[in-house]
Amino acid sequence: MMAALRTPRGIATALILLVLAALPLLTQAFDQRYLLSIGTRIIIWSIAAVSLNMILGYGGMVSFGHAMFFGIGGYAVGILSAHGVSSGWIQWPVALLAATAWAALIGLLSLRTRGLYFIMITLAFAQLVYYVGSGLEAYGGDDGLNISRSRFPGLIDLRDKASFYWLCFALLCASLWFCSRYANSRFGLVIRGAKSNELRMTALGFPVFRYRLAAFTIAGALGGLSGILLANEGAYISPAMMSWMKSGDLIVIIVLGGMGTLFGPLYGTIAFFVLEEALPPVLNLVHKGWGEYWMIVFGPLLVLIALYARGGIDSLLGRRHD
Amino acid sequence: MEYLLLQVLNGVQLGLLMFLLAAGLTLTLGIMDLVNLAHGSLYMIGAYIAWTLIGVTDSFVLGALLALPATFLVGVAVEIAVIRRLYARDHLTQVLATFGLILFFNELVRALWGPGGKSIAVPAFLNRTIEILPGVPYPAYRFAIILVGALVAILLAWLVARTRLGMLIRAGASNRRMIGALGVNIELLFSLVFGLGAVFAGLAGLMAAPIASVRIGMGDDILILALVIIVIGGIGSIKGAFIAAMVVGQIDIVGRAFLPDMLKTFMSSSAASSAAPAISQVLVYVLMAAVLVWRPTGLFGQRT
Repeated sequence: MMAALRTPRGIATALILLVLAALPLLTQAFDQRYLLSIGTRIIIWSIAAVSLNMILGYGGMVSFGHAMFFGIGGYAVGILSAHGVSSGWIQWPVALLAATAWAALIGLLSLRTRGLYFIMITLAFAQLVYYVGSGLEAYGGDDGLNISRSRFPGLIDLRDKASFYWLCFALLCASLWFCSRYANSRFGLVIRGAKSNELRMTALGFPVFRYRLAAFTIAGALGGLSGILLANEGAYISPAMMSWMKSGDLIVIIVLGGMGTLFGPLYGTIAFFVLEEALPPVLNLVHKGWGEYWMIVFGPLLVLIALYARGGIDSLLGRRHD
Repeated sequence: MEYLLLQVLNGVQLGLLMFLLAAGLTLTLGIMDLVNLAHGSLYMIGAYIAWTLIGVTDSFVLGALLALPATFLVGVAVEIAVIRRLYARDHLTQVLATFGLILFFNELVRALWGPGGKSIAVPAFLNRTIEILPGVPYPAYRFAIILVGALVAILLAWLVARTRLGMLIRAGASNRRMIGALGVNIELLFSLVFGLGAVFAGLAGLMAAPIASVRIGMGDDILILALVIIVIGGIGSIKGAFIAAMVVGQIDIVGRAFLPDMLKTFMSSSAASSAAPAISQVLVYVLMAAVLVWRPTGLFGQRT
C-alpha cells in the first residue's frame, strides 16, 4: 500500500481521490456550485465506466450498448416513482434486479457471437431498450419524465447535493474496490485469459462462455447502479440517457483512461468531462466564436487517441507492475 | 387493399434507400474489414452538398448529379486522411476513430451550414402523382426513388459480378493479402471502393432529403439501421444486404401504417399512435437478435 504511493501512478491517483472526496467542501469554499453537479456526473459516469471496463477492458468484450443500463436503472426508478413508490429501499433493489436480469438475458444471446457481430448485437439490444423507452408514452415518451428522488427516510436526503455526491463517491470507491478484487481473482484471471486466447482457455477446461456470462451480468448490474444514480442526479429520465452516442462516449472514456486498468475509467471520465468543459473556453481564447465548434477539435482528437494512444492516460503514468 | 399496396411500395422505397447506405458499408466491411460508423456522416454530407448545389444551379437533377462526384471526393479524402490507417487495426480502434469522425462531421456541418435544418423541394416535374394501377395514385417522387434505387442495385450487382473491378472486390473480400501479393494496387482499390460507398451513401441522403429533411445528425440513426441490415444479411454480402434491407423496410412501414389500428383495439388511440413507431423499431432489433442467435454470422455471411 505505502509502496504503491511512491509511484507516479499512486501519487496521481491518491491526489485525485483526495480532491474528489473533498469536492463538496471545495466547491462550497470557492462558491462554485456548478462544479459540484459536474463532479457528481463524473462520479456516476465513472461507475458506469468501471462496469464497462470489467467486460471490455479486462475481457475484450466490446459492448457497444452499455448506456442501456443507464436506461434500465433509471427507468426502473422513474417508473416506480411515477406510481408513487418513492422508497429507495424498494426502487433500488428492483432496478438492480432488472438490470441484472436483462444483462443475463442478453448476455446469454450476445455472447454466442464474436467480434464485430458482438459489437452489433449489443448495440441492437441497446437500441431496442432505447425505442421501448421512447415508446412508453405513459412515462414521457421521447420527452422524458421528471421524477422525484428516491427516499431513504432517516438515513440520507438525496435532494441535498453534498450528501448525494458523497453517496455516489462512496459507491464509486466500492465499485473500484470490487473491480480490483475481480481483476485479481481466479474468476477475473479466467476472463483476462480468455481475452488473450479463448481457444487456450477452452482447451484448459474452462467453460469460457459461462465465465463471460457471469462477468457480463455483473457488469450489467453495476451499470444499472449508475443508471439509478443518474436518474436521481437530474431527477429526470429520458431515452436520451441511453442513446447509442452515450454508449460510444463510454467506450471513448475507457480507451482514453486506459483499458483493463483499475483506475483508467476514472482518469478517462475526468479527462472526458474536463475536455468537454474546457475546450470551448480555450478555443474562444484562440479565436472568438470558435468555442462553439469545439467538437471539430474533439473529434479528430479521438481519432488520434484511437490511432496512437491506446494505452490511454494510465500509460502516461509509467509502467505497471501487476 | 390499395392502402396495403401503397404501404408496401413505401416499404420498398425505404428499403432501397437503406440498401444504398448498407451497400457501401458492407463492401468496406467485407473487403477491408473496417467498421465505419462515419458512413452516416457521408449520407448527411451528400444531402448538404446537394442542398447547396441545387441552390446554385437552380436545378434538382443537375445539383444532385454534381453532388455525387463531390461526395466521392469527400469520401476519398476521408479514406486517405484517416480510414487508411485503420485497416490493420482492431474493431475497437475503428469504432473509436470513426466515432470521432462523426462528432467532427456533425460539428463541421453545423459550422458551415448553420444549426438549422434545410429542406430540398421535390423537383417540379416529379411533384405530382402517377397512377401505378388504374385508380391508385402514388407520389411520383417516391416512385422515382424506387426506380433509381432499383437501377443502382442492378448496377451494383453487375459491377460486382461482371466487371474487373468487381472481380477484384470479390477477390479482396475472400483474401486481401493474396490479391496484394498478386500485384493489385490495393491502396487504390480500397480508396475507390470507399469512394464508391460514399457516393451511394450521398445518393441515399440527397434522395431522402425532400421526404425527410436535411439536418445535422440525420445519418446517425439511419446508420445504426444500416449496420443492423448488413449484420442480418451477413457482412460482405451484397445479396444479404439487399434482402435484409427489403425486410427491414417492410417491417418499418408496416409497423407505422398498420400497428396503430391494431393497437387501438386494446389501448387508447394516442398511446397507440405513439407506441407503434417504437414497436416497429423494436421489431427490427428483435429480428436482428433472432437472426444472430440462429446464425451467428448473418443470413449470407461467411461461416468461420
